[in-house]
Amino acid sequence: MTVDTKRLYDKTYVEQYSQDKQEPEWMTALRLRALEQADALELPKPDKTNITRWNFTQFKHTAEAKPEPITSLNDLPEALQDFIDQEDVTENLLIQRNQSVAYASISQELKDKGVIFTDIFTALRDHEELVKRYYMKDAVSIDEHRLTALHAALMNGGIFVYVPRNVQIETPLQTIFWQEDPEAALFNHVLVVADESSSLTYVENYVSNNDEQQTVANVVTEVIAQNNAKISFGAVDHFAAGTTTYMNRRGVAYRDATIDWALGQMNDGHTVFENVTHLVGDNSATHPKTVTVGSGNQVVNFTTKTVHSGLDTDAHILQHGVMKDKATSIFNAIGKIYNGASRSNAEQESRVLMLSEKARGDANPILLIDENDVTAGHAASVGRVDPMQLYYLMSRGVSKEEAESLIIFGFLAPVVNLLPIESVKKQLTQVIERKLS
Amino acid sequence: MAGSVLEIKNLHVSIEGNEILKGVDLTIKGGEFHAVMGPNGTGKSTLASAIMGHPKYEITEGSVHLDGEDVLEMEVDERARAGLFLGMQYPSEISGVTTSDFLRSAINARREEGDEISLMKFIKEMDEVLDYLEIDKNMAQRYLNEGFSGGEKKRNEILQLMLLKPEIAILDEIDSGLDIDALKVVSKGINKMRDDNFGCLIITHYQRLLNYITPDFVHVMMQGRVVKSGGPELAQRLEAEGYEWIKEELGIEDETVGQKA
Ligand SMILES: Nc1ncnc2c1ncn2[C@@H]1O[C@H](COP(=O)(O)OP(=O)(O)O)[C@@H](O)[C@H]1O
Ligand SMILES: [Mg+2]
Repeated sequence: MTVDTKRLYDKTYVEQYSQDKQEPEWMTALRLRALEQADALELPKPDKTNITRWNFTQFKHTAEAKPEPITSLNDLPEALQDFIDQEDVTENLLIQRNQSVAYASISQELKDKGVIFTDIFTALRDHEELVKRYYMKDAVSIDEHRLTALHAALMNGGIFVYVPRNVQIETPLQTIFWQEDPEAALFNHVLVVADESSSLTYVENYVSNNDEQQTVANVVTEVIAQNNAKISFGAVDHFAAGTTTYMNRRGVAYRDATIDWALGQMNDGHTVFENVTHLVGDNSATHPKTVTVGSGNQVVNFTTKTVHSGLDTDAHILQHGVMKDKATSIFNAIGKIYNGASRSNAEQESRVLMLSEKARGDANPILLIDENDVTAGHAASVGRVDPMQLYYLMSRGVSKEEAESLIIFGFLAPVVNLLPIESVKKQLTQVIERKLS
Repeated sequence: MAGSVLEIKNLHVSIEGNEILKGVDLTIKGGEFHAVMGPNGTGKSTLASAIMGHPKYEITEGSVHLDGEDVLEMEVDERARAGLFLGMQYPSEISGVTTSDFLRSAINARREEGDEISLMKFIKEMDEVLDYLEIDKNMAQRYLNEGFSGGEKKRNEILQLMLLKPEIAILDEIDSGLDIDALKVVSKGINKMRDDNFGCLIITHYQRLLNYITPDFVHVMMQGRVVKSGGPELAQRLEAEGYEWIKEELGIEDETVGQKA
């Protein structure tokens, strides 16, 4: 039943696809180079999870039909309505349905300031030089492993965000990546660049409904914060059980820049999740915060990593996971400080709450430090709901179920509360409730 | 008839197979304030915990009834909804759940679905009690007991007591760790509850609290039993003379219970 990717999506296919998208030559060449490399490269080897038998090959590369444009947000299915703050619809919203833009809006004010918020194919045509400068260069390389190479070869959706120098964006930019076609793969590329002394908040949602059909999501996200820029990046991922996901979110922070992450990983299928931030510039900082709820038979491997090469860099990783049913999860938290990155600080905390006997959870704190003049710390725990806490809450009259739910939501709150858009926070809460019920 | 009746009969309780309570009889009626006193390790918290349904405590004999209903048959939350409240000696810390959100859930747990307290009404009631107990309003937005000082935790227990308005409350060492000002405030809160429809069992090993709250009945616990009962004058005698005279009178050498030698 497995479709051979190599034969189905060959050089001719990729070349044609690139031409259909009217891509510049360098992009076509990049794809073809990547396709060749993909054959030679191995799958990634996430620590303590064997992914060699996961489905990375059975999928349909292009969605069946070109989607209808969405003229009114009221026409969205209910499940998607929840993502959007109905009372205060953000002016800066892009909805990608299957692999094409179905809705796009950006405020005049941001346009006037030179902010770019558009799909990746349009960006390749209209902002070619900017995209070329950053696309799979400083954050993620094509040849890291087979999945990055396949991503580059088969990229079929995504978005480009660019904030010019000194521009501060107050209202969040929001994207919704909606995989309506249950068999179509998503090779999504998100490129967010904040130029010097600019700032922005970006929030994205991934949704699919393919509980039965098998497909793949191979997402590469590159987030670049130039000197003194500040990026706040929020996400709720919610791919259905049939999707095998490789989710790579990578940040590069230059001098005095900050990248903060608030990531809700709520996929129902197998997932490799990596979130790496390179603190390249002196005095750069990152606060990667992740929550997840594992359910069913899913296997999830999380790696959150901060790489310190600048002086005085600061990072604080926080990962909270709840595991139920037979879900299996590995949480790797890695602080890597290079020699010379003096006075850097790498903190990390990973906590896993187990809700069933058959669930598995493992937290691996890793500090790799080649410099003396640094501070670092780690905390990790895997535990169950504390019966004393349950007793205390129940002694006030709340039912056992409600007490448990309060404790679990409380456990996830440090990340949920950080999501910058109220509707996305609510939507994440709903997804968590659904996963826990 | 005014108020509820909590009836404890011949209660025997074990922890991990070790018998701690060896037959306690006690009846608390609406309108009454009872004090249970006794040195450390005599079984006072065990009594409170067993009544509320603490998972570690096993009832081996005896009964507890609230208005004729068998309390021991009920789950912890059912006991609370039936009208019991336990102000705990060591309240748990619940990260990520604000005091305010939790209290609203607890109030609503006692009400019918569709009859939840409105947010406005809740905030108004809570603010009044916060003021009354001289608690900083920020506390309601802090996570339940997380990082609270001992005194803050105790005030928070009284805040919950006053908002949940139980029929019968048991307050376990509500005075421990309080400075004199906090003690006065906490006592003020408890006294405010005094009502024909409210009964209270105050557990303390100090008499100090009873300078501010006058009990109608005083019981002394030793060796897992109530060994002496009386009126407020008993508390005063304990204040003046300590516990030794009771031990002598009853021929008790070691008043504690369940200590492994
Ligand atoms: N959780 C427990 N596990 C084991 N033994 C306990 C536990 N709690 C209390 N005990 C035993 O019960 C005895 C009475 O304790 P407690 O009821 O807390 O006394 P008090 O409240 O009067 O100080 C103690 O001496 C102790 O040995
Ligand atoms: Mg005690």
